[in-house]
Amino acid sequence: MSGAAQRSPATQVSDAARQWGPALWVAVIAVAIWQLVAWGFDMPSALLPRPAEVWRAAAENRMELLKALYATGLAAAAGLLAAIGLGSLISVAFSQSRRVRLAFFPYVIFLQTVPIVAIAPLLIIWSGYQFRTVVIVTVIVCLFPIVNSVTAGLMAIDRQWSDLFSLYGAGRAKKLTRLQIPAAVPYLVLGAKTSSGLAVIGAIVAEFFVGNGTDYDGLGTLMTHWQGFVKTDALIAAVFTSTLLGLFLFGLVHGISRTLLRRWMDAA
Amino acid sequence: MMPNDRPDASSIHCRDVTVQFTPSSVAVDRVELTVQSGEIVSLIGPSGCGKTTLLRAIAGLQPMTQGRVELDPVAIARKGQIGFVFQQPGLLPWASTLQNVLLPLELIGRGTSRQRREAAEHALRSVKLADARDKRPHELSGGMQMRASIARALVTGPSILLLDEPFAALDDMLRNELGRLLLSLWQQQQFTAVMVTHNISESILLSHRIAVMRAGVLESVIDNPIAWPRSPSQMRTPDFAQFFGVVSDSLRGPSSATDRSQEDTP
Repeated sequence: MSGAAQRSPATQVSDAARQWGPALWVAVIAVAIWQLVAWGFDMPSALLPRPAEVWRAAAENRMELLKALYATGLAAAAGLLAAIGLGSLISVAFSQSRRVRLAFFPYVIFLQTVPIVAIAPLLIIWSGYQFRTVVIVTVIVCLFPIVNSVTAGLMAIDRQWSDLFSLYGAGRAKKLTRLQIPAAVPYLVLGAKTSSGLAVIGAIVAEFFVGNGTDYDGLGTLMTHWQGFVKTDALIAAVFTSTLLGLFLFGLVHGISRTLLRRWMDAA
Repeated sequence: MMPNDRPDASSIHCRDVTVQFTPSSVAVDRVELTVQSGEIVSLIGPSGCGKTTLLRAIAGLQPMTQGRVELDPVAIARKGQIGFVFQQPGLLPWASTLQNVLLPLELIGRGTSRQRREAAEHALRSVKLADARDKRPHELSGGMQMRASIARALVTGPSILLLDEPFAALDDMLRNELGRLLLSLWQQQQFTAVMVTHNISESILLSHRIAVMRAGVLESVIDNPIAWPRSPSQMRTPDFAQFFGVVSDSLRGPSSATDRSQEDTP
């Protein structure tokens, strides 16, 4: 029986309040300061709309925001999943051959160091103004943390375990499937957690370039559209929506990783 | 007492075994050592003297610069004839105790799934861990983890068991308990064993002979006069204390032995 199951509902509410209370207070204070600045300096709405105006814009444009949230969320999730799959395969190749690792690892680092805003226009030329391009950009942004982490996990095998497998004549395939891959699971989880935060950023950056007026409408395309019309209140609403999406994706990956790691090695 | 009526009993012959990591660093230097079938030999010596390297060379895990290790032909022919108990239990954290013990059988592909399971359950019973078969390593105490590690090493029914300071991380009570368990398993299975240890009492209690190493060189191999069957109560006898002194002197080296003889001279 888990500790959580033993706690009473009242205790759980109290624990949640203790955990989230400080962050909520910071949010309340930040909104209050925002309201005071906008009101005190009599800021024009086009420059700094009041919180209530942003709320109103969010409500008025809720259908567009929800549609964009779905598109961006889908692209970010698809990109993250593809990066996890592709990154894991690349890591397995790196772990099995030093020559492959030496030849290709610098290019994986290149993916991390190249400014995504510099290659996004190129990708649009090659792949078109569509969902697929957004996913590709997201994959590029998410790939490095996963490859880096999983490769480290596949190669950081305890010598005792390696000796044990050698003692019983296990070949490379058995060592990989029975030892290296299971041992690398926590590293994969770590890489996925890092990349989950990047996935939404990658998707939105790609959407800036995909632009509006196409079949694809994500939060990034919505932002560029509203920026063009100086709809600052709606723009800020879109910023909050993308932040919530980032938090949701990170929370989802974090939750899955906790469950997985607890199942795997009680490391959560 | 050195039983060798096991049909597939194996002996170990180290011939001129040398392991050199760098041109200036000789970990094991021309070691000649024979371990008879059914015999337990302890390798003892200061840290970094090459005990573990020699043990790994015997297991075939450490390439040798020179020399060879000859095992009984049966041991060479069949995988799983050498069991190895490492310094740390080294159980796979994502697998249950039973799955950990099953692992060697699965790796060598011996028997059917049912036979493997029966063998693993038998091995767990032999180390008194039958109730912990479904537990994960983190749910086991240090002593239980080491017992699971011993079960994993013995599940293939090896004729040779190699142990690398298996009880070093345990407290005295657990050390004694596992020492008794090892003796009991040896009496049942009559494997040939080489055990690396830092602990003189442990080496005396558990082995027939004690091989003293220093700086990669096998300095001496001392016959253990303590009577069989062994039990921790023997550690309080005068014979044990006297032999403890002999091993201790050997560990200190010839210079200390000379110093001691000079001190003893009126």
